[in-house]
Amino acid sequence: MGSYRMDVLVCGGTGCQASNSIDVIETMSKEIKAAGLEKEINLVTTGCFGFCEQGPIVKIQPDNVFYVKVTPESAAVIVKEHFVKGRVVKELLYEEPKTRKKLEEQSDMPFYKKQERIALRNCGLIDPENINEYIAVDGYQALGKALSEMTPEQVIDEVKRSGLRGRGGGGFPTGTKWELTRMSKADRRFIICNADEGDPGAFMDRSILEGDPHSVLEAMAIAGYAIGADSGYIYIRAEYPLAINRLKIAVKQAYDMGLLGKNILGTDFSFDIHLKYGAGAFVCGEETALINSIEGGRGEPTVKPPFPAEVGLWKMPTNINNVETFANVCPILLRGADWFASIGTEKSKGTKVFALAGKVNNVGLVEVPMGTTLREIIFDLGGGIKNNRKFKAVQTGGPSGGCITEENLNIPIDYDSLTEIGSMMGSGGMIVMDEDDCMVNIAKFYLEFTVDEACGRCTACRVGNKRLHEILTKITEGKGTEEDLERLKDLSQIIKDSSLCGLGQTAPNPVLSTMKYFWHEYLAHVNDKYCPAGVCKALLKYHIIPEKCKGCTLCTKVCPKGIISGKLKEAHVINKEECIACGACEQVCKFGAITRM
Amino acid sequence: MAGIKSLDELKALRDKYKSSVEMRSSTDEENRVRIAVGMATCGIASGSRETINAIVDEVRAQGLNNVSVVQTGCLGYCYAEPVVEIRMPGKEPVLYGNVDSKRGREIVNKHIKNGEVITDLVIERSRC
Ligand SMILES: Cc1cc2nc3c(=O)[nH]c(=O)nc-3n(C[C@H](O)[C@H](O)[C@H](O)COP(=O)(O)O)c2cc1C
Repeated sequence: MGSYRMDVLVCGGTGCQASNSIDVIETMSKEIKAAGLEKEINLVTTGCFGFCEQGPIVKIQPDNVFYVKVTPESAAVIVKEHFVKGRVVKELLYEEPKTRKKLEEQSDMPFYKKQERIALRNCGLIDPENINEYIAVDGYQALGKALSEMTPEQVIDEVKRSGLRGRGGGGFPTGTKWELTRMSKADRRFIICNADEGDPGAFMDRSILEGDPHSVLEAMAIAGYAIGADSGYIYIRAEYPLAINRLKIAVKQAYDMGLLGKNILGTDFSFDIHLKYGAGAFVCGEETALINSIEGGRGEPTVKPPFPAEVGLWKMPTNINNVETFANVCPILLRGADWFASIGTEKSKGTKVFALAGKVNNVGLVEVPMGTTLREIIFDLGGGIKNNRKFKAVQTGGPSGGCITEENLNIPIDYDSLTEIGSMMGSGGMIVMDEDDCMVNIAKFYLEFTVDEACGRCTACRVGNKRLHEILTKITEGKGTEEDLERLKDLSQIIKDSSLCGLGQTAPNPVLSTMKYFWHEYLAHVNDKYCPAGVCKALLKYHIIPEKCKGCTLCTKVCPKGIISGKLKEAHVINKEECIACGACEQVCKFGAITRM
Repeated sequence: MAGIKSLDELKALRDKYKSSVEMRSSTDEENRVRIAVGMATCGIASGSRETINAIVDEVRAQGLNNVSVVQTGCLGYCYAEPVVEIRMPGKEPVLYGNVDSKRGREIVNKHIKNGEVITDLVIERSRC
């Protein structure tokens, strides 16, 4: 090793694997051997590059060429053309949609231009299953530095001064949490890494664990040293098999190298890490429910205080942090608190990873400095709205958050600014909606999720959210009244005030925020029995545009109710009272004469 | 595998593996030296693969970590293959012809390391 002239980095993240990157890797490996290049070219399976929309991704270094949507067939072409003859395969480069220019380098792509990668620093750069590559990029140096050059108090102080706040949703200052846990009197203390990642649409934690598992293990050990803990647990959902597998490999390698276990790096600090699998319940991401689950109890939250920092796992002080929070720790120790604090806004330091999903062109993971605007994220990095439709809203904070509209797109986002406009940072899920999305239906969708995921322990959440969901269903079926809207508001407030845990307390947020910004849509549903986005089936009415109708009679033949009438070669009409909005007529019309209204 | 016993051992290990990932970073691209070896059919036929591998090997052996060795297509000097182009930051590119592996190593040592152009090998100094 060491004398390869070229590194070929192929994404082996879950997203790219789903689009066949395993076959791409196999084909490349075969073709490289066939060309006799196996001693010259190093084929590396890496973690996620983030640009999942364009996967599978293949990056060639040192040439700095970035190939997208690579298939096994085109992988063979890359070997023959690029590796053997030094010719870049133009067809496989990313095409900038606006200028239609083919871009060779990653750094030229709008998707990457504004990114600053701290938590994702090694994703797409190293082989996550090879600890030597992690060590080569300064892996375990931060732990080494902490153990041999810093006291636990100094470590805590550095993290405090960096301004790092929890990336799991709450935004609590990480250094302060460490300090509180350290100060709690006890015989034993624990570290927990929260890898439950329940927010639908968010997958940054998974990508970090798949692409750079050691960075989390190292940070957990550092936290253990800082608070005085000798063991840690990673609570990860069983639905993340690839992440679990990579974690297992990483833990074993770290033990083998003496970077976990007894007397790490010859010091008297010892630290063990255990994996605990969750069944994928959203509520188990809540820290007290998570602790119950690790202990073998039901995944139900308990009242806070006491906080886990005082009474946590096995009743011992426990520091629980999110995966992404941990992923920021090592760079802070190595590059210093001042460096980290120089990035971001006044009260939110560093970067945040967002998972872009929904009606946006570039679905994927992006990491940007705090204070970047939503407009930059959605329109510059995200490449704007799919199919040239119009932007309507973006949901941040998942089922606990709220929607944000056009008027707030220019606000520099951080924990506080998002809360101010009625949403929240949450874990960084970002679902983009366009004019074809009905906001009442979106609220209903999130409520359905929380009702499904509620543990059932407290009445406010168990019964209250169910009632909210029922009222929303009624409205989308055209049976709602203005009184229902008032009831939605009142009940939401009650649930927020009286639920036991964060799940119930935040579940009505999507309802309240869509009501705040899209009141007119709610009114249209209850008063005019009309869904402006044309989504709610029960409110859909089909209409034939007389000028466009050629009187071909095709629609009359497919209408299951037989309620379309008209003479041959004359404009037809639909009997709206009887229409069941099945849409069959719209599908067969060759003249685009049938519309929803 | 034996455990790592100290921070110094860990640092030594890092330095050992560093070169294996060095070429992956694309930061500081402007300040890097680029050595491009012509690897079209004519280049390969004249032995440019041996040349590029020798150059890579020498760059590593000399511990030059701001150098990228890449392959390029036909530069139109088929009579002088293997052709090697050197681009150093802030300097005009230099094109060498008939570079076998021995002369490839010489280029690394003289030109890249000491900034000494090997005049008898130069086929053109382009203007761009
Ligand atoms: C319903 C609910 C679900 C949660 N799910 C997660 C989760 O999946 N991952 C996570 O890190 N934190 C989740 N949290 C937040 C945790 O309770 C806790 O605040 C967090 O793990 C602390 O880590 P941090 O300070 O590093 O953000 C959830 C909270 C609630 C109320």
